[in-house]
Amino acid sequence: MDIPFTVKLRDDTTLYNAKVGIWLFLGSEVMLFGALFSSYILLRVGAPPGTWPRGLLNVPIGAFNTIVLIVSSVTVVMSWASLKLGNLGKFRFYQAITLLCALSFLTIKSFEYRDKFTHYEVWKTDGARMTGHVEGGPYFWSTQTLKDKKLDHIVFHPDPHHYTEPVKPHAGAAAEHEGHAAITIPVAEIARLSAFVPAHSTYFAIYFTLTALHGLHVFGGALVIGYLWGPGAKLWKTDPERFTNRIEISGLFWHFVDLVWIFLFPVLYLL
Amino acid sequence: MQPTAIETQPHAAHEAHHEELGFWRKYIFSTDHKVIGIQYGLTGLLFLLFGFCLMLIMRWQIAYPGKPIPIVGELLLKVLGDEMANGGVMQPDLYNAFGAMHGTIMVFLAIVPIAFAAFGNFVVPLQIGAPDMAFPRVNMASYQAYFMGGVVMFFSFFIPGGAARSGWTSYSPLATYADMGHHPNGQTFWILGMVLLITSSLLGAVNFIATIIQLRAKGMTWMRLPFFVWAQFVTAFLLLLAFPPLEAAAVMQLMDNVAGTSFFLPTGLVVSGNAVPISGGGSPLLWQHLFWFLGHPEVYVLILPAMGIVCEIIANNTRKPIWGYKSLVYSVLCIGFLSFIVWAHHMYLTGMGTKIATFFQTTTMIISIPSVIILTCFFISLWGGSIRFTVPMLFALAFLPMFGIGGLTGLPLGFNFTDLHLHDTYYVIAHFHYVVAPGTIFGLFAGIYYWYPKATGRFMNEFWGKVHFWTSLIFMNAIFQPMFAQGMAGLSRRMYDGGVTYAGVDDPALGLVGVPQIFIDMNRHISWAAWCLGLAQIPFILNFFLSMKNGRKVASDNPWESTTLEWQTPTPPPHGNFDKPLEVYRGPYEYSVPGKSKDFTPQNELEKR
Repeated sequence: MDIPFTVKLRDDTTLYNAKVGIWLFLGSEVMLFGALFSSYILLRVGAPPGTWPRGLLNVPIGAFNTIVLIVSSVTVVMSWASLKLGNLGKFRFYQAITLLCALSFLTIKSFEYRDKFTHYEVWKTDGARMTGHVEGGPYFWSTQTLKDKKLDHIVFHPDPHHYTEPVKPHAGAAAEHEGHAAITIPVAEIARLSAFVPAHSTYFAIYFTLTALHGLHVFGGALVIGYLWGPGAKLWKTDPERFTNRIEISGLFWHFVDLVWIFLFPVLYLL
Repeated sequence: MQPTAIETQPHAAHEAHHEELGFWRKYIFSTDHKVIGIQYGLTGLLFLLFGFCLMLIMRWQIAYPGKPIPIVGELLLKVLGDEMANGGVMQPDLYNAFGAMHGTIMVFLAIVPIAFAAFGNFVVPLQIGAPDMAFPRVNMASYQAYFMGGVVMFFSFFIPGGAARSGWTSYSPLATYADMGHHPNGQTFWILGMVLLITSSLLGAVNFIATIIQLRAKGMTWMRLPFFVWAQFVTAFLLLLAFPPLEAAAVMQLMDNVAGTSFFLPTGLVVSGNAVPISGGGSPLLWQHLFWFLGHPEVYVLILPAMGIVCEIIANNTRKPIWGYKSLVYSVLCIGFLSFIVWAHHMYLTGMGTKIATFFQTTTMIISIPSVIILTCFFISLWGGSIRFTVPMLFALAFLPMFGIGGLTGLPLGFNFTDLHLHDTYYVIAHFHYVVAPGTIFGLFAGIYYWYPKATGRFMNEFWGKVHFWTSLIFMNAIFQPMFAQGMAGLSRRMYDGGVTYAGVDDPALGLVGVPQIFIDMNRHISWAAWCLGLAQIPFILNFFLSMKNGRKVASDNPWESTTLEWQTPTPPPHGNFDKPLEVYRGPYEYSVPGKSKDFTPQNELEKR
C-alpha cells in the first residue's frame, strides 16, 4: 500500500497531507515566537521606568525592509498562481523576485547589525551616560577591551542626546553639530563601555535574538524556495500538481516569516 | 483552471517496494515507521538503563556519604579524574551532574522516546490502518535528531568540567554560573542537546497528528479510534505546542551563557562575592515560567501514552469492552487543554504572588478530575471480566494503584499551603516517581510484553516475565514508599550527604530541630532496594534479547485474540503494513458480544449475513 493523500485531497478534511503538516508546524512556530514576544513584554514591563532604550534603530531602513518582505509575499502568491495556470516561466520570474527580496532583506539587516557593533554607550563613574562612536570605528569593544589594550583614554563622538532623555523637539542644527564634536574620556572615568551588542542590555539582547532567529527563518525559507526554483523544479515535468503543492507549502511558510516581521518591526523599531 | 491531474503515482515509489533494501537503508536510515519505532525503543531503553545506573551510583553517596564507591568508584576515577571522583568518592560536582543528567536522560531521552516515539511509531499507523506515517522521511529525520541529541548529552560527561549540574530544570542564574571555569561547559552541551531533542519531538508531533488526521482507514471514524491512538494524538499536541517555548528559553539561556546577555540574570547579581559584569535587568522567574510551561504538559506527555497502552491491554485481557470509552476520550482532551494552564504550581515558593498561586492551585485541582475519571473507567472495566493474568496484564493492573498513589499524593503539592512544607523534599521525589516509575514505566513494560509478538513473531518468556514483574513491583515500593516519610519529616531532596547535616542540627537554644535519625537511616534501605531493583531488571534484559531467537512462536497473526487493527496484519508486518486497503466497521473494543461464536470481533470483520 502507498501512502494516500500525498496529492489527492482526503474527503473529510479536504486537505492533502503536507498542508496539515505545515499548518501544525506553523502552530509550533507561533509558540516559539510567542514565547520570545512574551519574554520581550515581561522584560520591558520589568525594566525600571525610563530606562528602556528607544530610538536606537533606524526606522526608515526598517520600514524599507518591511516593504521588501511584503513585496516578496506578493510575488510568492503570484508564482503559485502562475503554476496553477500552468506557466512555469512566469513562476520562475516571480520566484526570482522573491529570492532577490530575501537576499536584499538579509543584506540590509546585516548592515544594520554592523552599525550596531560600532555604536557604543559609555557609563561614566560620575553617573553620566552617553552614546556615540569611538574614534576609528572599532567593533565589539567592551570594558574588558580597554583593560586588555591598556588604553588610558578614548576619543568619543557622542550622539546629540541620550535615549533616556526626552527628545528635544526643536533641537537646532547648532546643538546637533555640538553633539558630534569629539571628546576625550580617560579610561579611569569609564565604569562600563559596551557596543550595541546583545550584552549591552536586555533590549538589545531580545532585539538580536528575535531578529537573528527571524533572519534564520528568512535564510531557511530562501534555501527551500531556491531549491524549488532550481533543481527541485524538475518535478514539474513528472508531477505538476505535487510540485504546485510544494510551492504552496513553501509559500505558507514564507508568509509566516513575513508576518513575524510585521510584528517585529513595530515592536522593536517604533514602540 | 486546474492543471491536469496525473492519475498514477510516480513510478519510483512503486519500484521501491519490490527492490530489496540494503542493510543501511533497512535498519539505519529506514523510513519504515516500524523500524523507526524499534530504533527509538532500543535507544530509549539503553538510555533508561544508563539514567538508572547514574542514580544507582548516586544512591551509594546518599546511603554511605563520603565512602569510596565499590566496583565503579575506580572506574569513575579513571574516566572522569580526581576532580570528579577523588579516591573513588563521588565529589559534589559529580553528584550534581549525575542528578541533573538522571532527570534529563530519564525524561527526554528515555521515557518520552519510548512512550511516545517508539510505541507511537510502531503501533499508531497499524491501529488506524495506515500504510506508514504521513511523512516517512521526516520521521527518519526525527529519530536522527533524537540520536544526535543523545550523543551530545552523553558526550558532555567527558568534557572538562563534566555534564550540566544545575538540575534537570536548569534554573538561572545557577545554570549560567555553576561552571564558570570552562567554556563551553556542560550546560552549553545540555542546551544544544535539548535543541536537538526538541527538534526531534517537534518533527515527531507534526507527523503523528497529520497521520492520525489524514491516514485513518476507511470507516475509522474518530469515535472508533482505539484509546491508545487518542492518547498519542493529545500527547503529540502537547509536544507540538509546549516544547517551542522551552526552545525559546534554551536559546535565551544560551545567549546568557555564551553572548553575555542578561535574559535571566537580575540587576546587581553577585556570584561568589563578586559583582558580575553584566547589564542585568533580566528575570530569573521568566526562565521558570518558560521551563514549566513545557515542564507540566511534559508530565502528561509521560503519562498519557502509558494510559493508552494500559487501556488496550485491559480491554484485551478482561475480554470485555472498556467501560466509558467516550468519557475516556473527553477526559484525555480535557487533560490536554488543562495541562497548559497549571504550570506555575511548580513555583509556589518563588514569590510570584498569592493571587497567581491561587489561580494555579484551582486549575491544578480541576485537572485531577479527568485523571480520576480515566483511572475510574479502567477500574470499572475490570468489574465482572474474566481476567487473563498474562504478563502484560499484570503490569497494566499494577499501573492502576501505583499511578493512583502517585496521583493522589500530588494533591498536597497542588495546594500551596501544604506545598510550602513539602516543596523540594523527598516527598516530591516519591510523588512523581510513583507516577513515572511504577506508573509509566510499568505501562511501558506492559506494552513491550504485549506487542513483542507482533514485532518479532515470538512471545517473551512468561515465567521470567512474572519474576521481573513481582520483583520490580516489590522493590519499586520499597524505594519510594519510605521517601514519603522522609519528605514529610522535612528532608531536602538535594542533599549531597543524604541529609546527615540536617540530622545533627538539634539546637534548642536556636529553636532548631534536626531530622530524626530514623529518616536518615532509611537512605540505606532505599539504596539497597534500588540496587535490588537493578538486579530485578536482568531477567527482563535477557528475556528481551533471548526471546527473539528462542521465544515461543506465535500460532497466528493475532495471538492475544485482539480486536484492533495492528493484529490484522502479517507478523511481523511488512513494509506498507497491509496487503490491501481495509475498511473498518465497528468500534475498537467489541469483546464478548452476545450471540457471537467467538469472544472478539475485529474492527475490520464484515458482518456475516
